[in-house]
Amino acid sequence: MRRITRLAAVATMLPLALAGCGSGGDSGGDAASTEKTEISYWLWDSNQLPAYQACADAFHAANPDITVKISQFGWADYWTSLTTNLVSGNAPDVFTNHLNYYPEFAAKRQILPLDDFIKADGVKTDAYAPGLADLWVSNDGKRYGLPKDFDTVAIFYNKKMLADAGISEDEMKKLTWNPTDGGTYEKVIAKLTIDENGKRGDEPGFDKSKVKVYGLGLDENNGAGVGQQMWSMYALSTGWQFTDKNPWGTRFRYDDPRFQQTIAWWRGLIEKGYMPSLAIARSGTSVNDGFGAGKYALSTNGSWMINSYYGYDGVEVGTAPTPVGPSGKRATIYNGLADSIYAGTEHKDQAWQWVKYLASADCQKKVAEKAVVFPAIPEALTIAEEKFAAKGIDISAFTVQIHEKTTSLYPITDHASDISAIMGPAMDAVLSFEADPSSLSKANDEVNALFQ
Amino acid sequence: MSAITERQHGASAPRRDTSVPRRRRRAGDLPVALVFLLPAAVGFGVFYLWPTLRTMYLSFTDYSLLAPPEWVGAENYRRLFQDPLFWNSLRVTVEYVVINIGVQTVVALGLAVLMHRLTRSGLIRGVLLLPYLVANVVVALIWYTMLDAQLGIVNRALEWVGLDPVAFFGETATAIPTIALVNVWRHMGYTALLIFAGLQAIPRTVYEAAATDGASEPTMFRRITLPLLRPTLVLVLVLTVIGSFQIFDTVAVTTKGGPVNATRVIYYYIYELAFQRFDFGYAAAICVALFAILAGLALMQLKMLRAGDTDLD
Repeated sequence: MRRITRLAAVATMLPLALAGCGSGGDSGGDAASTEKTEISYWLWDSNQLPAYQACADAFHAANPDITVKISQFGWADYWTSLTTNLVSGNAPDVFTNHLNYYPEFAAKRQILPLDDFIKADGVKTDAYAPGLADLWVSNDGKRYGLPKDFDTVAIFYNKKMLADAGISEDEMKKLTWNPTDGGTYEKVIAKLTIDENGKRGDEPGFDKSKVKVYGLGLDENNGAGVGQQMWSMYALSTGWQFTDKNPWGTRFRYDDPRFQQTIAWWRGLIEKGYMPSLAIARSGTSVNDGFGAGKYALSTNGSWMINSYYGYDGVEVGTAPTPVGPSGKRATIYNGLADSIYAGTEHKDQAWQWVKYLASADCQKKVAEKAVVFPAIPEALTIAEEKFAAKGIDISAFTVQIHEKTTSLYPITDHASDISAIMGPAMDAVLSFEADPSSLSKANDEVNALFQ
Repeated sequence: MSAITERQHGASAPRRDTSVPRRRRRAGDLPVALVFLLPAAVGFGVFYLWPTLRTMYLSFTDYSLLAPPEWVGAENYRRLFQDPLFWNSLRVTVEYVVINIGVQTVVALGLAVLMHRLTRSGLIRGVLLLPYLVANVVVALIWYTMLDAQLGIVNRALEWVGLDPVAFFGETATAIPTIALVNVWRHMGYTALLIFAGLQAIPRTVYEAAATDGASEPTMFRRITLPLLRPTLVLVLVLTVIGSFQIFDTVAVTTKGGPVNATRVIYYYIYELAFQRFDFGYAAAICVALFAILAGLALMQLKMLRAGDTDLD
């Protein structure tokens, strides 16, 4: 019976599949006969879609022969769809790329080096915020993307909870941290934690088993070996670095005592009742929704989340830069996106025109107008700053680290997905107290074995 | 059921029409039969047979999706036996199947018997089927939100009656049972309907005779319903066990294999290996291992539970 229904299902699907082929062939023919080209372009952030649609419209107006068709997929589907489409040879002509993924695509020759185009058109790669453009030069010395935006990490805080605890917003800007006692940062977190009897985390009689508001939220995502908005800003502020060199390091340093002490301090917040357990964080709601619902007073997150955090009704939100660590400096990961051209595209030149436009001041200013991300070109960033300010959002907590040069590059290495598969469960085990922070040395050996 | 009617037709046709030689008749039907079978056969070949064969081939290769496969012999299978994550995923999946199928079968059987003995209302049957009509992913996400430790409505209710909140999806110990029970909720109506169809095939006269003899409802259930329902139950079990082993979507949209490896079920592990880590060859080897396990399990079930026989004769 099962086989019969299966066959029937397949039989009914078959004409559909054939119909699909038919229509695909037709549209291809049309495009060729009228000499107009359609460039397909993919991105994952729905917040950014209107901004880039505005760019696509302006681009089409300037180049009437080229139409850009934008498709948007959620973050998780994006990479699966992209991979399967690369395999089947149907990948989009141009797509938004991430530092975690592009080394693999470059090594497998799925994306085009842009050097010849850049040379021919005299595009300046120093037009972007310092360091951003070089992230996209792979270890073969070739450039695979032009920067469009960047992101950093900061602390979001609930203004009312801060005022109730008697902590000023100025104090938030001067926080210090160390892995031993957590510095003034931990004192603030403790004070902002409240149990069901109204006792604060730093008061005697605080009941850590019945916490009403946690001082610091815990991200529902597994930060794996990067911990971008989870723990990287603490670990990096000790002077620790992910790898022997960045980009293209070949030895990771998860066995470094500074890293393991940082993680020990971080999970210690759970024991003290200042941060929810991993189980609670993973039980159904995102850390930003928890913050919006008044369950967390502070939450560390990336600049790409600004509009989510500021979007909750009845919650007054402020931002502060990450605390100054034992190295005497703050720290944050500095990450940027870029657009890459699919190696199998039939419209190389048109695709390049579009990539060039996306990376231009013209398009980035249009994106800046929408105040959704930080554009890579400084003059566009100034516009974004004004537009964010007009919405009541001060982004200086995110940009101060660029001015003070305290940012660290996102760790760019080979084997990123394998590293994440090793470090994800390993970090989970530590955070859920199933393993000791010292167990990360073993995970580190596994990671480093990938490079041998 | 369609198989039964076909068999009856096949058996009665020659008896009625003895003048036509059997062989000629068959030859006459064959071309038409082939035409009708062709679309399905092509579909089966393209979507089932070819992928299966290709998976078997790829399981002997090192294949990163973006470069041509390289033959590595039995290397992937050797790795499989030494991979603690593979054995973990198998253990986690079996735990899921046992809870899911165990609870689902008992609940569905209960619902089916209630529908059969107490009410014939089409409305109730429809309502029971409702969860099954909602997409898996939607069901998973709604339960995920409802069961949240801090904001979920279920935990608010628990607090209201004085209990401590439970991080159902977040705790290593409760994650798999939670996912299993969420899927019981979605599938129980459908399974109950399958069993209900089997119940309707049991002649009413048997129950009437038993009632005349003074048998109670529980006795009738044990002595009549269960034995006569056996072939249906076997079919339902084989189908639901195979389906249950393929648990993926609920995990993919909620726990994503975590915390630690608590919900890294076998299909999710395969997906991660193939599409996130581009280790298609090894993922294919696990697929083949899973195929062998499921085929063995289905055969064993059918054999042990004598699915082809009925006790009605």
